[in-house]
Amino acid sequence: MTTHVRPHSAFQPDRLLFVIGAWLLALIWILPLAYAIWTAFHPSAYETRFTLLAPLTLENFQRAWNAAPFARYFLNTILLVTMVLTAQIVLCSLAAFAFARFEFPGKNILFALVLIQLLVMPDVLLVRNYATMRTLGLVDTILAIGLPYFASGFAIFLLRQTFKTIPRELDDAARVEGCSWLGLLWRVYIPLARPTMLAFGLVSVSHHWNNFIWPLIITSSVETRPLTVGLSIFATTDSGIEWSIITAATLITSAPLLIGFLLFQRQFVQSFMRAGVK
Amino acid sequence: MFRRDWLIAFTFLAPALILLFGFTHYPAIQTLIDSFWTTPRGRRPATFAGLGNYTRMLEDDIFRRAMINNAIYAAITIPTSVALALAMALFVQGRILGRGFLRMAYFTPTVLPLIAVANIWLFFYLPGFGLFEQLRSWAGFSPRNWIGTPDTALYAVTVVTIWSQAGFFMIFYLAALQTIPPSLRDAAAIEGCAPLTFFRRVTWPLIMPTTLFVSVNATINAFRTVDHIFVMTQGGPNNASMLLLYYIYEQGFRFWDTAYASALTVVMVTILALIGIGQFFLLDRKVHYR
Amino acid sequence: MTNTLKSLLAGTAAIALTSTGALAVDLEFYFPVAVGGDAASVIEDLTQAYMDENPDVSINAVYTGSYADTTTRAITAARGGNAPQLAILLSTDMFAMIDEDIVLPWDDFVSEEELESWIGGFYPAFMRNSQTEGKTWGIPFQRSTPVLFWNKDAFAAAGLDADVAPETWDDLVEFGKALTIRDDAGNVTQWGVRFPSSGFPSWLYTGLVASNGQDALANEAGTEVYFNTPEAVGALEYLVSLAGEHEIMAPGILDWGATPRAFLDGESAIVWTTTGNLTNIRANATFDFGVGMLPANVRPGAPTGGGNFYLFDGASDEQLEAAVDFVKWATAPEQAADWSIATGYVAPREDTWDTTRMQEYAQEVPGALVAREQLQYAVPELSTFEGPRITQLLNDNIAAAIVGDKTPAQALADAQTAADAILAAYQ
Repeated sequence: MTTHVRPHSAFQPDRLLFVIGAWLLALIWILPLAYAIWTAFHPSAYETRFTLLAPLTLENFQRAWNAAPFARYFLNTILLVTMVLTAQIVLCSLAAFAFARFEFPGKNILFALVLIQLLVMPDVLLVRNYATMRTLGLVDTILAIGLPYFASGFAIFLLRQTFKTIPRELDDAARVEGCSWLGLLWRVYIPLARPTMLAFGLVSVSHHWNNFIWPLIITSSVETRPLTVGLSIFATTDSGIEWSIITAATLITSAPLLIGFLLFQRQFVQSFMRAGVK
Repeated sequence: MFRRDWLIAFTFLAPALILLFGFTHYPAIQTLIDSFWTTPRGRRPATFAGLGNYTRMLEDDIFRRAMINNAIYAAITIPTSVALALAMALFVQGRILGRGFLRMAYFTPTVLPLIAVANIWLFFYLPGFGLFEQLRSWAGFSPRNWIGTPDTALYAVTVVTIWSQAGFFMIFYLAALQTIPPSLRDAAAIEGCAPLTFFRRVTWPLIMPTTLFVSVNATINAFRTVDHIFVMTQGGPNNASMLLLYYIYEQGFRFWDTAYASALTVVMVTILALIGIGQFFLLDRKVHYR
Repeated sequence: MTNTLKSLLAGTAAIALTSTGALAVDLEFYFPVAVGGDAASVIEDLTQAYMDENPDVSINAVYTGSYADTTTRAITAARGGNAPQLAILLSTDMFAMIDEDIVLPWDDFVSEEELESWIGGFYPAFMRNSQTEGKTWGIPFQRSTPVLFWNKDAFAAAGLDADVAPETWDDLVEFGKALTIRDDAGNVTQWGVRFPSSGFPSWLYTGLVASNGQDALANEAGTEVYFNTPEAVGALEYLVSLAGEHEIMAPGILDWGATPRAFLDGESAIVWTTTGNLTNIRANATFDFGVGMLPANVRPGAPTGGGNFYLFDGASDEQLEAAVDFVKWATAPEQAADWSIATGYVAPREDTWDTTRMQEYAQEVPGALVAREQLQYAVPELSTFEGPRITQLLNDNIAAAIVGDKTPAQALADAQTAADAILAAYQ
């Protein structure tokens, strides 16, 4: 018997419900995007009217594009998330390795202090952190947006858990072969922790892609501002909300990721799966 | 030998710990200290307040409202997001009509910044001409002002939070489901095991670590996700959708009462710690168990 | 111009700059945008034009989000020891800025004569939110006032005179009843009136209180509020009756930001909103519309609103001098006219209206004049010490009355008690 036998592949009512459920949920989930596309491509008079014969226009994109340097904001965000993720992986791997494999005085207290950062979000401490950045002379730099997040308690915690599951025998074998601690971390631990890093990477990138308040406070120029802050220019509601412009700006900034996901979603999910994240 | 180990360990730890202390512990301790003082204004320096900020909290109706609201918000968003994420993963893990589209649909909220999408949701909820109202009048129900009445405002923003995170959590479940050996499924199928039984007996226990991982994230988000409140309700009407972090932001950055905001922060961190510690013990045990 | 010549000039300029290094002044200037995406570029053009005229001064104009975001930025930066030299913040933030001790009065940096000719030239209605303790803390710039927009087509369809705005509270109810249209099932397809109440309902409410005969909701010193007066209670009762007793407005809290769209879509035939929406509505309306003053009861009345220039402490003398000079330039007739026309804000000085550009604009857009006319009846927006907190108290209680959690009298009594307790520290 082949492995492709599926007991419920025939026309069965529960399978039908299953498919309907999946589609219903998807339609609800995509509704905001669908609305964004509708509104961005039509004149503003059709923000609230959905008639098939509405005229199409690219004017909203033009206005949104002219209102802010989105290409630069996009680049800033890319730089930001790449920098944060790289720093997190490097710093937190080192720290997690120390917690997982070494015995040293004060280890438990230090680990408890790391865990505190899981809960105390840097967003809440922004007045104090702004003063620190000022002392360091880092106000209005991309580095300053990312720095408070470099040492992530969450990453250290996850990586420590993963490292602890790696059998000690591997260490000993590598050590016998004259591998340094750093070499061991690089050659054995990091490759084996790739799934965890992928999972954490997704959390990190998604958080910093969407983070708003801290970047708003710490940046003050086009060269440093990320997308979210750039987008908020349209979201001010002291006067009226212009949905057509907001949605056009949102689409401009999200399109690269959306199209990327659409084209590569199979590879993306599969690599995620192959890594066996759990 | 031991001494050398210590040195290596501390060298590995140093960069991360210095940053942690600099941007978390140091400001957090300052926050705790601040919570025992009054707010300094340019013209009036801070004076020692003892537990003044904490006793004030006991009489603060809006704080109580925010606590209750946040409890409801967490109680709905955490299980619903996790359940929907799992359902989505189950929907799209195997062969299904339009799988690529379904996956993208579930994933869209992850790439659309909440600060921008909140405006779209605002339109959906508007009375009179919002999308839901248009659907409503077409279906013949009576009109509702979803975000403009205290009865529904909190639930309206709760729905947006669930929407914004469930698809993201789905990815983790998708990956976890993939690790379940197909041979198990086939064996179960041959023995005529019903899909529900298979799910309960095999799938659910196997993806438990993922459920815990996702729950931790959902819990943190239940206290952290307030971007859409800024755009949609500003905590209103009459504080009906007020959440703890938004209240802290309001006290700290709109009213500039940093002392009271510090005390509120201390309370929030304590609550998170209590919930968090429980979850992490579970997570820790589970991973060790494996 | 050839490239060689260009680089030669650039080189000379660079030398000139280094040799006069002591004279070069850098200014940082925070500004919010409250009227959509284009206003940011107008401000940037404005600062660029100033720098072209004054090569010694370099102004970094920083767009800092909404008003609330900008205030947050400015106070955070000032507390971190990195204040900008200039910022546009809400006029009502005056007491908070004084309380934080981070701003300087403008009077100290202008001559006796300019005190008269420059500061004295702004509309008194705007200065009431800009001066206290005998000093001037804010220079009016992006100022607004609420007005009434009405849909002339809807008026005609309802059998009303399309060219007559509701002038009194009673008119508004009467017109509203004629304009509220219900379908066969009894659901409303067009509301008579929309009085947006999300976010900051206290602003429009101040207009109701003023037209009910009360001058302002707080004293000039910012230490006392008058929420539970008969005039204030009467105003809130009237507001609640629009959706309640008279059923000419949608029930519940109505979103501020969606108000222009509600008007443009014909969801509401009369809307109360800021003059800042004039440009947007003019560009997008598919019907004839009118702009009128807020309806009167005992007398006409409206609040002022919007932002002032503030001068921050901690700058060098050269920076302060340059900052004051820039603001004088920006509020001069030609620049103020450009700004007003581009954004729909009310030109804050009489002399701006004398420019030919402004006169042409007023001819083309008669609605712009309504705001100016209304200024003679204007009262200051609610502004006190602990301003945001006091305003939020009032907002919450207005919302409670609108959604029916409290009676208007109860809501305002609660707001008064709570506000008194907070302001006791300042009396």
